[in-house]
Amino acid sequence: MHPALLGLLTIVIGVGACLAYFYFSNMLLDRVLFPARGPNAGRNINRANMVRPWLFLFPALFALTLYLAYPVIETLRLSFTSRAQGGAFVGFDNYSRMMAEPKFWEAMRNNMLWLVVVPAASTAFGLLAAQLTDRIKWGNIAKSLIFMPMAISFVGAAVIWKLVYDARPEGSEQIGVLNAVYVWLSGEGPVQWLTIPFWNNFFLMIVLIWIQTGFAMVILSAALRGIPEETVEAAIVDGANPFQIFFRIKVPQIMSTIMVVWTTITLVVLKVFDIVFAMTNGQWQTQVLANYMYDKLFRANDWGVGSASAIVIMVLVTPILVWNVRNARREMR
Amino acid sequence: MDTIAGTKSSLTWAVHISVVLLVALWLFPTVGLLVSSFRTADQISGSGWWKALVPTEQSLTLRTAAPSEQVQEGALFVIEGNLYTQEGVAPAPISAWGTNARDVAAYRPGDTAEMRGGERMTVMENGDYRLEADVEMAGRRGERVFVTATTPPEFTLDNYRYLLFSNSSEGMGKAFFNTLTVTIPATIIPIVVAAFAAYALAWMDFPGRALLIAFVVGLLVVPLQLALIPLLKLHLNIGIGKGYLGVWLAHTGFGLPLAVYLLRNYMVGLPRDIIENARVDGATEFQIFTKIILPLSFPALASFAIFQFLWTWNDLLVAKVFLIDATGKTTVMTNQIVELLGTRGGNWEILATAAFVSIAVPLAVFFAMQRYLVRGLLAGSVK
Repeated sequence: MHPALLGLLTIVIGVGACLAYFYFSNMLLDRVLFPARGPNAGRNINRANMVRPWLFLFPALFALTLYLAYPVIETLRLSFTSRAQGGAFVGFDNYSRMMAEPKFWEAMRNNMLWLVVVPAASTAFGLLAAQLTDRIKWGNIAKSLIFMPMAISFVGAAVIWKLVYDARPEGSEQIGVLNAVYVWLSGEGPVQWLTIPFWNNFFLMIVLIWIQTGFAMVILSAALRGIPEETVEAAIVDGANPFQIFFRIKVPQIMSTIMVVWTTITLVVLKVFDIVFAMTNGQWQTQVLANYMYDKLFRANDWGVGSASAIVIMVLVTPILVWNVRNARREMR
Repeated sequence: MDTIAGTKSSLTWAVHISVVLLVALWLFPTVGLLVSSFRTADQISGSGWWKALVPTEQSLTLRTAAPSEQVQEGALFVIEGNLYTQEGVAPAPISAWGTNARDVAAYRPGDTAEMRGGERMTVMENGDYRLEADVEMAGRRGERVFVTATTPPEFTLDNYRYLLFSNSSEGMGKAFFNTLTVTIPATIIPIVVAAFAAYALAWMDFPGRALLIAFVVGLLVVPLQLALIPLLKLHLNIGIGKGYLGVWLAHTGFGLPLAVYLLRNYMVGLPRDIIENARVDGATEFQIFTKIILPLSFPALASFAIFQFLWTWNDLLVAKVFLIDATGKTTVMTNQIVELLGTRGGNWEILATAAFVSIAVPLAVFFAMQRYLVRGLLAGSVK
């Protein structure tokens, strides 16, 4: 069968099954189990209304529990077992083996670097772009162009930036723009940017910053719009210059939004896998936790250490989890 | 600030220029890839893509025919022919040539050069040459000729033709359909599931509702890396194995927290009167949901749909773990590109085109639906 046709068929079956569940389960409830007529109509309606929320919620709760809640616990359990010993409990053995690996500490160090640089740079650029595009006529066009990388896959972005960092042998014409500029300015030979230890991390981070700046910009620009005009006008009347207005008046007022943007990007950073995988695959000391974990799981086939490193990622996001839940509860009240 | 008299800032120009610079900086890498995808391999390796619109100069080392081809014309021994006979070299008008590696542009087309052995060589613009000697020429190989050829700007669709329609294993055609097969259900199923759940969480009364909402919010941040091993084992145990069903379920599970959260936030804001009036009029909950809530929630549904679409289309990790098996039949485009990066690391015409094939759809969706995307982002992040 043609792949397009096969795809279409699979799609229809998949989506159809999902729609059928909701339609028929509700029909069963209303027509067969608790019909809203006959001698017990009133009681039946009440009973149906007690059951229905769970009918609506069931698929979502089931999927959430199975795909997100259960894995947290199961991964924690697996991190204490060993595959080599048939899943026997080995205590903290995996963790101590992981900690003994220099590659793990390299990943930790790089991840910390990513966690500091990427959210900070994306938020700063986003804020700058939001402020600059705020009052100019073609601001919206500029915004959508800066926002555009959001739609590009990390893999696509990796290809885009690999071309930027490309290096040709000395003497031939450079086709990577960074080397072209570098050779022209410095007069020295081209540099293999992605193979310089330590600094190559930054060349990878630039890719994520490039992607995330648009996100930060969109949210911060909405926040900037929400600032009451009076505060800005009062500052102008008092003789504040544009920089003072921005840093002393506007930024403090949107601080909570900046925090939200910061944490959201932090979460993205912790999960970042594709960029490193596609650009260097952790070579030349660019390993990060998510890629380290993938390596352990699917290359080294070591689920114990793989799970242990996944738990490390989980531990790193836990503060954000707690903060999120507390915020949500405060809003509910 | 423009509204306040006398504050028309002198910074306006600086602002305009900085924005232009910022936008240019952000666009530049993508444009580079797009331009490269329309160039030939020779052009890409010959000059940077930013020179795509100006004629490119390339230096080639070519050879005349071997002395065994020489013919005698009166007192002269002559080799005639065209330099562009070498495999893989496209003919281009010659702007300069030379016979010595140290001076590759010594002569113009039509000039005659005196060579060390006493031979006389003439090269024409189209590559035709004539090599004359008074004595019989010896040796096994032809003379080396260094030519500088100027090729006019040239754009081609061959790269796209190759990647989309050829039957090679590098083709993106199949991967494109596979990606669609992953993406469409993985977008629709979570929306349906989440919409029902969000409605229940927003408008139905039952014990434990607040706890469930907190549960969903907590799951928002759980990294999907944790789910890989347990779920892969589970899928293998219950017989789903690696395949479309598994990847749909995985994407559904991972997309749900955001979907439920976004949709619930939106639905809570809908006017209570409408829903209660409908209830009084005897509508069932299912009818209220499908006839009233769903249409009213369209903006939120659309924004989540775009997110989920972009996320599933661009995903590599979930597909690698839950979909692509050893046969590689179900590969998706992102994975295809990563494999090309491994095997064709320097072939930018292939890489750039492959990347653009996979970027095209999300970019189109992005530019068409940007308004909803922004609305969704704002609903999800800022209160």
